[in-house]
Amino acid sequence: MRALAIRNWLVSSQFPGILDIMVAYSSVAVFYDPVEVRKETPCADGAFACMRQRLEMAWQETEGKMIGQPGGTGEAPEAEGNGAPIRISVCYEGACAPDLEALSREKGMTPDEVIHLHTSPVYRVYMIGFLPGFPYLGKLDERLQTPRKLRPVPVKAGGVGIAGNQTGIYPLNSPGGWQIIGRTPEKLFTPAAENPVRLKIGDLIVFVPITGEQFRELELKG
Amino acid sequence: MSFSIIKPGLLDTIQDMGRTGYGNWGIPPGGVMDRYAAQVGNLLVGNIQQEAVMEIHFPGPQILFEQNTLIAITGADFSPTVNDQIIPRWQPVVVRKNTVLHFPSLVQGARCYISVHGGYCMDKWLESYSTNLKAGVGGWEGRPLKKGDELPYKENTIYFAGLLKEESDFEVLPWRVNTEKVYRLPHEIGFIPGHEWEELTPAAQNNFPGDNFLIHPSSDRMGYQLKGGPLLMDRPVELVSSAVSFGTVQMLPNGQLIVLMADHQTTGGYPRIAHVISAHLPKLAQLRPCDTIQFKPVDTIAAEALLKVRQKELHILQRACMDHLNELVC
Repeated sequence: MRALAIRNWLVSSQFPGILDIMVAYSSVAVFYDPVEVRKETPCADGAFACMRQRLEMAWQETEGKMIGQPGGTGEAPEAEGNGAPIRISVCYEGACAPDLEALSREKGMTPDEVIHLHTSPVYRVYMIGFLPGFPYLGKLDERLQTPRKLRPVPVKAGGVGIAGNQTGIYPLNSPGGWQIIGRTPEKLFTPAAENPVRLKIGDLIVFVPITGEQFRELELKG
Repeated sequence: MSFSIIKPGLLDTIQDMGRTGYGNWGIPPGGVMDRYAAQVGNLLVGNIQQEAVMEIHFPGPQILFEQNTLIAITGADFSPTVNDQIIPRWQPVVVRKNTVLHFPSLVQGARCYISVHGGYCMDKWLESYSTNLKAGVGGWEGRPLKKGDELPYKENTIYFAGLLKEESDFEVLPWRVNTEKVYRLPHEIGFIPGHEWEELTPAAQNNFPGDNFLIHPSSDRMGYQLKGGPLLMDRPVELVSSAVSFGTVQMLPNGQLIVLMADHQTTGGYPRIAHVISAHLPKLAQLRPCDTIQFKPVDTIAAEALLKVRQKELHILQRACMDHLNELVC
């Protein structure tokens, strides 16, 4: 992910006035305070022109650096990205999977086949967005690709959904438009923790199927 | 030191300038809708600009002061009263112990701020006092204020009783802020083009500035839905999600627009046709459902200059307020 390499380069350069750097699928967004940017670096053409120059520098400096990709030469920002995949337990049964049956029918598969296709790949966290700690994971097996629902419905915290070529996990109870095929008892967002958000951009994930009984046990344990 | 909520308002929350730097965790900045009003309120009572304030909507809350307190009311005009006597906005006011602050009628604006000398005293979450209602964290127990809440504020060193005349419920201190420049031409909202501006048809690029857009009743702290002549793009634009911000103007598939406000999500997939300039967000934050706005193009350098002037004025105000307060204390 070149976007991550660009973020890391910007962070290590410590330019004044940068408030946040957000990495998404194919973009890096830099939020800055124009007054602070200009205070430290006099720029005749204004703060925007100044930031633009820096981003062009970042682009050149990160040429060929693809973090978290096979053969990538970029330095690993967060070791997780290159480490063993994180295992996330998912229950694909009953109330945990309200849309699994309909989806299976539509795809002409058994629920077990859908589960097999969903648990086979190692996914990468391409970005976190929408809700605190909501990971956008790719890529979903082509045979499971499905459109979003026409209107959002209530989704429980832990709901594992699919939409387009992505899969994701709802960290909070929320309205959502993805097809919910499972639920994890694991907490992805813990406000009081030092690191409230469990997954980070670049992390690798595998889903491990569990039974309804195991789900309840794990949920009780918290 | 504290005051208590006798009756909550429509939506009273603790906010500050927002929780910046956590976008990659999906955590939006949040914070006050009208930063200028909140910053001025803080400066008037001798706080730093970033101190927590209470943001209220109409109908507002009823608040009982349990101690003599220095407050400032800024932003929208909900005709604030202390024991049924009108108090001015944009001016520091010492209120006496056991008086009640109340907001009987809506005159103008959408969000009003209550600042107290010393600042509200609570824990920060991720370096900010702002309430994130969606996640239920930050601010006061992660929720809007309710009846019986006792909001503590930090101890202060000013002897307010000496400032209160006998028998009076409050004393207005003799300095105020002229806010005319900031809220002038309230319906004229400056914008810079967004990433997908060029995808609009020439006619849409032509019509967007100056057309009337109505703020839809379902608008809130997350976003303003606008109703206007639908805009068109040359061809359908399919985007992967990317970052958005407070002030981003997104175009929905039906050609209508949404302006993202303080509680926006961190990422979005709709085309971003424009961004409201930061210096005009306070004006926008004070508009109400069924108000109309017109967008006006502003170049980036002019937009930055407006913001710089605004910050400079706040620094001057900060020094002036500190001087005035120090005179009172000594």
